[in-house]
Amino acid sequence: MTQTSERSAHVADAAPDAGLAAERVRWSVGGRLILDDVDVTAPPAAVTGLLGPNGTGKSTLLRLVAGVQRPDGGRVSLAGAAGAEDLLAMPRRRRARMLAFVEQDAATELPVTVLDAVLLGRTPHRSLLAGPTDDDQALARAALDRVGALALSARDVTTLSGGERQRVHMARALAQAPRVLLLDEPTNHLDVAAQLATMRLVRELTVEGVTVLAALHDLSLAAATCDHAVVLAPGDAGHVVAAGPVDEVLVPAVIDPVYGVRTTVLRHPRTGRPVLTFEEA
Amino acid sequence: MTETAARATAATPRAGTLSRRRLLAWLAGTTTALVGTVVVAVAIGPAGLTPSDVAQVVATRVGFGDLLGLAAPDTLTDGIVWQLRMPRVLTAAAVGAGLAVCGVVMQSLTRNPLADPYLLGLSSGASFGAACVLVLGLTAVLPVAAFVGSTAALVATLALASASGRGAGGLSPARTVLAGLAVSQLAAAATSFVIFWSAKGDQYREILSWLLGSVAGATWTSVAVAGGAALVIGAVLASTGSLLDAFTFGDTSAAALGVPVARVRWGLLLAVALLTGALVSQSGAIGFVGLILPHAVRQLVGARHRALLPLSMLCGATFLVWADTVARTVFAPRELPVGIVTAAIGAPVFAVLLWKGRARS
Repeated sequence: MTQTSERSAHVADAAPDAGLAAERVRWSVGGRLILDDVDVTAPPAAVTGLLGPNGTGKSTLLRLVAGVQRPDGGRVSLAGAAGAEDLLAMPRRRRARMLAFVEQDAATELPVTVLDAVLLGRTPHRSLLAGPTDDDQALARAALDRVGALALSARDVTTLSGGERQRVHMARALAQAPRVLLLDEPTNHLDVAAQLATMRLVRELTVEGVTVLAALHDLSLAAATCDHAVVLAPGDAGHVVAAGPVDEVLVPAVIDPVYGVRTTVLRHPRTGRPVLTFEEA
Repeated sequence: MTETAARATAATPRAGTLSRRRLLAWLAGTTTALVGTVVVAVAIGPAGLTPSDVAQVVATRVGFGDLLGLAAPDTLTDGIVWQLRMPRVLTAAAVGAGLAVCGVVMQSLTRNPLADPYLLGLSSGASFGAACVLVLGLTAVLPVAAFVGSTAALVATLALASASGRGAGGLSPARTVLAGLAVSQLAAAATSFVIFWSAKGDQYREILSWLLGSVAGATWTSVAVAGGAALVIGAVLASTGSLLDAFTFGDTSAAALGVPVARVRWGLLLAVALLTGALVSQSGAIGFVGLILPHAVRQLVGARHRALLPLSMLCGATFLVWADTVARTVFAPRELPVGIVTAAIGAPVFAVLLWKGRARS
């Protein structure tokens, strides 16, 4: 945990005002339009929740932003000190130095150790012919320490529990030292304490200047931990029905028609954050 | 992170990752074992030679005989060592090394611990290619035909595996193995058909040795083809450690780490098909080497490819030389095709891997 402050200084210097923008992004598979001219922005150094029922293209959108798949059309850019940079046009490795992506349920059957799994995050930062350097090792350990998983270093990842594995993936993303962190359902399969720990870590990263875009299905968790929210609607090819500060977006008028529920928004007596409860419509 | 922080954490011992020193020690050890294996294996057999006889012949042949003051070996010993056994042992070593490295690469790219050139149909495809040109009497283009066969089988297996729907992380292990089985069976049936239709006389025996896998007929030409392919393509594949590591958690995660997934996958799989074709054209389809060796080496040194790739090659070479030595001595004077020996060891290993995979999921 000791490296936190030094690390944050470094990240903040690199990107004083990074903000992520996906504009008019289009994607279809097998003739079916999944995303049609979708605009999503993630303001700098904040957590933006990507919300919407299953099948609205949240994961697809993250994959397109991460550069894992190429959109059929549209633009993805990251604003930084040097102006907006086109993420789709830049070389993959350069993009991977700016963006880290934690996908859902990434697993392996190969008996790699936790430390080696986290070291993968250093891949875009070094030559592909070279092995990890001592600095890479140190960064990987610092990342593991940060997610509270340093004790797992020597464990085989195939033997980890779901929560432990998720922490290792988060550590891998941290080792990538990104300006933008893309998370696909980062709290899936986690118990409530692990969910809160994950989101606390994410919030800490924003303080250090990291921009976070996270697909979430737990609206209450999103209300408690996100700064901004984007809601994708089901039905005809995912479009954005609402976007903005979480207080303005997570309201019954937006949620009820999208999810087909009746929502009541309460205020948390201590934090003052919105708390959402649902009934069947 | 600053320099000092990096130094401080670097000082703590590393877990899991094989240090450079230990990797070099492993490489030195396995290389020594391979050289020793070759010398001893050449000596083993009915002629009652000793390893020093072998060393004497080799030294004389490579031109160090006079320098070391060795007497010229007698013609019979020279013939047995240099013309008969050495090509066979070296071919076995090259095939073992090549199949093992193919196994590692395929297992990583398909994220499937059961993948190997034999199980995914590449070897059967190569055998089919080889059988076709053998019945036509075009022995000269054997390696090319085997390569075409293995590539076609590779494409068919992967197309079949992905046609039945694509999961988020790429091809599912079970589907890939099933697709490989289908392609393998189809290629085997086609091979049988070719033999049944047009082979005559001696061609039967020749083709049968391709189907069972054998290095009994190996010559110095076999050493050149199999050894050259194993050294050149093997060296290329062995240098891709970091790329293969990036595939640990699947295609998506590799792409997010900046790896050009499609290009790397097809480039490496094509290299694997090329190498498999070259090997099968000399030894026939020897099964399970690509399955057993990477698995065993992983148990010893972990799953990092920088260590796994070269060590699998060296251990694969040693393994197949011994397997072939067993094949030609255990029922002497009768010889078994080495493919029977590797299958006898490999099938149980395959079963254990299946069982472990089941227990985990």
